[in-house]
Amino acid sequence: MTQTLLETHGLTVRFGGHVAVDAVSCAFRAGELTAIVGPNGAGKTTYFNLISGQIAASAGRVTLLGEDITRKSVAERCRHGLGRAFQLTNLFPSLSVLENVRLVIQAQRHTGFSLLSMAASHTELTVAAMAVLERVRLDRLKDQPVSALSHGNQRKLEVAMLIALDPKVYMFDEPTAGMSVDEAPVVLDLIAELKAERDRTILLVEHKMDVIRSLADRIIVLHNGALAADGPPAQVMASDIVQEAYMGKELTDV
Amino acid sequence: MTMHLLSGDRPRSVVLTVLLLAILAALALAPFLFPGVRSLETAARICIFIVLVASYDLLLGYTGIVSFAHTMFFGIGAYGVALGLTHMGSTPGAMLAGTLLGALAAAVLALAIGLFSLRVRAIFFAMITLAVASAVAVLVSQFSALTGGEDGLNYKIPRALTPAFRLGEVAGLKITGKVLNYYLVFFVSLALFLLLLRVVNSPFGRVLEAIRENEFRAEAIGYKVVWYRTIATCLSAAVAALAGSLFAIWLRYVGPDTTLSFEIMLDILLMVVIGGMGTMYGAVIGATIFVLAQNYLQALMGVAADATASLPLLPQLFDPDRWLLWLGLLFVLSVYFFPTGIVGRLRAGR
Repeated sequence: MTQTLLETHGLTVRFGGHVAVDAVSCAFRAGELTAIVGPNGAGKTTYFNLISGQIAASAGRVTLLGEDITRKSVAERCRHGLGRAFQLTNLFPSLSVLENVRLVIQAQRHTGFSLLSMAASHTELTVAAMAVLERVRLDRLKDQPVSALSHGNQRKLEVAMLIALDPKVYMFDEPTAGMSVDEAPVVLDLIAELKAERDRTILLVEHKMDVIRSLADRIIVLHNGALAADGPPAQVMASDIVQEAYMGKELTDV
Repeated sequence: MTMHLLSGDRPRSVVLTVLLLAILAALALAPFLFPGVRSLETAARICIFIVLVASYDLLLGYTGIVSFAHTMFFGIGAYGVALGLTHMGSTPGAMLAGTLLGALAAAVLALAIGLFSLRVRAIFFAMITLAVASAVAVLVSQFSALTGGEDGLNYKIPRALTPAFRLGEVAGLKITGKVLNYYLVFFVSLALFLLLLRVVNSPFGRVLEAIRENEFRAEAIGYKVVWYRTIATCLSAAVAALAGSLFAIWLRYVGPDTTLSFEIMLDILLMVVIGGMGTMYGAVIGATIFVLAQNYLQALMGVAADATASLPLLPQLFDPDRWLLWLGLLFVLSVYFFPTGIVGRLRAGR
């Protein structure tokens, strides 16, 4: 039996009278890539925000590696093994590419409170950061400020930041949004590689059906904030609720 | 060795390097190069303001925190020394105790303000620092039994630091206690500046920059932003207090106008902006230019007014009484032409 890494129990958030995420219970197991789909406004990103702690739950619980993290801060969840990449590129724009990744590794190794050593003398951080940059093929751009990178390269860096974090639970929010046709495969290959390391779980919010088909082991469908379907891709895509509520009839044409 | 002292943070511009070396040499040899009372006064003030402005740059330029309480911390350090010397006698021990207690008090107050308000939005933090700083200024002026009120405090400093103390002659200069006092100010300022330069180039400094750039993401990769901000605020406050202590030792007087006034806060802001935010070296350039302008622009204008005495209109424009107008104009122009500060401009123009 594979280990459950992340679990939500009746996770709910209300904004005034509107229930954005409605009692979603779901377990995510090691070695599994779960695609989260649903129409715009179905609550996918809000569900992500609840898990990673950007917004507080109105009801329900989140457990990570068996521990209740519902009341923990974003930083604490991160230290506990939760890593998230963002939908809108969310980096440190005037710092260099290398510095962005190095900051992540520095956070992992708890050297952030070192006030009197020189950052440049921590070569182990630089070496680890360079290894990640090579993996996403950004090593040649290491000294560029992030604001000078193309959109596609910023997305790649976003993924690199997550790899550098080395979490147990990876959360990707539309990782290939706005990327060109030649750039997207680099990111998708990386996600496939991460999936091959069997001790992690990956959550992926994605709209592109071909991406979901090639990567996902399981699909969950959110509709009006509630869990509408959950199962293997073929089964979920064929189910009535998906046909009606989300895919319409388009899917049969693909 | 030099690179180690500078924490690997090169000036990254030839002109800037030359300027910094010139300022360093002028300040290091000030008693020998410019032996007047007034010029030594100016040199000491430059040293102290470099530290004060650099400590503010740690907040504003590196961490992106807007605070209006920086003169309050400066004042706390100054009053710490003044009270120590007034109540414990004119001994080096009293001076040191006052200095350390002042820095400690500043750090504790910064911690309280930080934990209380750094979680909220930046604008609220700025408002709270403004409120606390005003409250402290009022307290100091009302609590005259302890602080001397608006009149401030005069006190004796250890004799070895006064003009009455004579030590002999070096290179034609009489080494008095005043010269020793100047070198105390100079070396402590230099050490504090290098310390700040190290802090901004440490792993901690990198986190501060990350917080300035994107607080949300810094939190999401596992940094407890509130703690980093609070530590930066405390450190900045403690260094500002130490600068205040130096100022009090140098002047042998403290008063609300010289250490706590809002005008000094505005001066600090201008010096940071003119020099270049988030560069540390900007503090050196900004403070030097600003203090020189404050002290000598009036005299320079007197010369200009005399030289143009026979021409129409110009003498009136250059009248020394209008020096503040010209100072203001200089600042408007410098901010307009160097939005990234002088250091930013020099580095970009490589």
